[in-house]
Amino acid sequence: MRLALALSLCLALPAHAGVNKALDTHILPGFARFAERAARLSDAATEDCRAANLHPDFHAAFDAWMTVGDLRLGPSETGALSVAFWPDPRGFTQRTLTRLIAEEDPIAHAPEDYPEVSIAARGVFALEILLFDPAFMTYEEGSYTCALVTTIATDLEAQARALSSAWNDDFAPLLRKAGAPGNAAYLSGDEALRALYTQVLSALELTANKRLGLPMGTFERPRPALAEARRSGRSLRQVRLAAGAAHGLATALADWDLPQSDAALARVEAAADTIDDPAFQDITDPQARLRLEVLQQAVEGLHDAIAAEIGTRLGIAPGFNAQDGD
Amino acid sequence: MTTRRAFLASLLATGAAPGLGWAAAGNPAYLAAARDASGGFALHGLNAGGQSLFAIPLPARGHAGAGHPIRAEAVAFARRPGSFALVIDCVTGQVRHRLSPPEGRQFNGHGCYARKGARLYTAEQESETSAGRIGVWDAGKGYRRIGDFPSGGIGPHEIRLMPDGQTLAVANGGIATDPTDRRKLNIGTMRPNLSYLDIAGPILEQIELNPDLRKNSIRHLALRADGLLAFAMQWEGAEGAAPPLLGLHRRGTDPVLPEAPLAAEFAMQGYAGSVAFSGDGAQVAITSPRGGRLHCFSPDGGFLGAFSRADVCGLAPRADGFLLSDGLGGLLALAGLTPRALAQHHLAWDNHIVSL
Repeated sequence: MRLALALSLCLALPAHAGVNKALDTHILPGFARFAERAARLSDAATEDCRAANLHPDFHAAFDAWMTVGDLRLGPSETGALSVAFWPDPRGFTQRTLTRLIAEEDPIAHAPEDYPEVSIAARGVFALEILLFDPAFMTYEEGSYTCALVTTIATDLEAQARALSSAWNDDFAPLLRKAGAPGNAAYLSGDEALRALYTQVLSALELTANKRLGLPMGTFERPRPALAEARRSGRSLRQVRLAAGAAHGLATALADWDLPQSDAALARVEAAADTIDDPAFQDITDPQARLRLEVLQQAVEGLHDAIAAEIGTRLGIAPGFNAQDGD
Repeated sequence: MTTRRAFLASLLATGAAPGLGWAAAGNPAYLAAARDASGGFALHGLNAGGQSLFAIPLPARGHAGAGHPIRAEAVAFARRPGSFALVIDCVTGQVRHRLSPPEGRQFNGHGCYARKGARLYTAEQESETSAGRIGVWDAGKGYRRIGDFPSGGIGPHEIRLMPDGQTLAVANGGIATDPTDRRKLNIGTMRPNLSYLDIAGPILEQIELNPDLRKNSIRHLALRADGLLAFAMQWEGAEGAAPPLLGLHRRGTDPVLPEAPLAAEFAMQGYAGSVAFSGDGAQVAITSPRGGRLHCFSPDGGFLGAFSRADVCGLAPRADGFLLSDGLGGLLALAGLTPRALAQHHLAWDNHIVSL
């Protein structure tokens, strides 16, 4: 009983303040910036679709996406995947693009219908292949691929706008009004806080297990081809940005200091500084592998520090059913 | 004149405990197991409004259960690998019988009554091989074990009595597990199936999915009064496959595997934890605690929509839709995909809600 009381007292901490701050300083500005940069990329593609011309705006849009890209709740629960279809171990994105180009599917000329294509052929990873893969990137202006690039960029801009407004208009109010009558998604302010906190931990798990774990594979069989955004040489950058975004969201949620988490983020940065190949393609070299393992441990360390400094303090444990189903 | 004591003695002599009807237990509509804030476990009786009418302590984490069709009596199964099932008097809260699987067997978390409550059937497996068995217990005579027969596959999980009262539907999950824990041993070669068995044992019909879906463990079942069966699956194959997680089947026909749009399927994370038809039979839903999501379909397979709620798993029919439970203590009504909070208890509701 004493434990139950302690638990309920802990959960009575100012939950809404953290939720509001996370929305106002991290999530909503993040979606706004992504929408703005996606619009710039789309404008640039309309003006001159050629690959080299679009590289800077592509990186800028992708960077902006990483602030909010690992969120998987609300509009992002299903909406994030058509912006960033990854992991894609079976290469659906490349296969679908190859088919569209081979058949010169007219969908490339109809941006408003483009959401009908497979989600694997939408978003930043579809653009990445067309703009950075030597087998695709040499297209000329006026070619089919040129139209496809422009259409995917236009569709990305539309997705970014839709996500930003859905978060602003629908989902942020739902989180802010957690516990209000009629809000069946979040029955209390604690639940809204818990939902956002869970996103921080899953983002770091994704980063350790997939962004780093997939290319690392096993010692006997590393899988460099599975490195995220390797074609554009962003793999390491993705890890840095994802870790920074998770830490930023955690910091916004907590209205107290997080010294262990701050130190853990610094260790992630320091470990990232030692990596030579930003696309992790040197993973077959044992020395390079070791450095990636150190980076992976640093990301796990950040996860554990945030869990200790926020989760333990709020008495938030992993989901009862999600962790141990049957 | 028969004294009360003599009357009771005569009942006990015949092995038929008196047993009051469900009205004496407050007419619960559902049973659900939960963990409380202090870490203890209990079986709750719930009314349609989501209030707990009684809570009976359990010695360990429960999984599912079954309510006796007449007496206010429920059997609560331990989670896998199950060493016990408790027959509980839902009026007094007392344990009437403690069932143990025979030597070398384990309970698998589910069971059902048949023959108007005269028999209890339990999903079991041989500990060493995971070969599935259905245990038969005489629920009228002190829950004496009276036999068993093969389940038709490996690692049976949920079993249900078909509306004809003569046929058992068995979800043979296909997964062989370590005798002492829940480690999975045969993912590379697993072959789940859905089996229909005569309640006397013979296998009447078996359904296997296409070979590319062999790693889709068929684990949970729901039935509509007309015999339409829904089965929920859990994917053990490579990540990123987004396989169908719901199946619909009618005896003698091919199964239908409804799917949501790809992005929605991905969000379920390859895992359906419970399945139910709506109270009016016009919808069928599955829950994913991993994805924090419910997907709702029409019985012909069309996707109707989704509802998101953290750690949602328990699912049962409710007059105008569904009852949902979650690990945060919430009990929600979902009608036409519109959610309404009924109650929030300081409990973590476990995987399943059993309809009475």
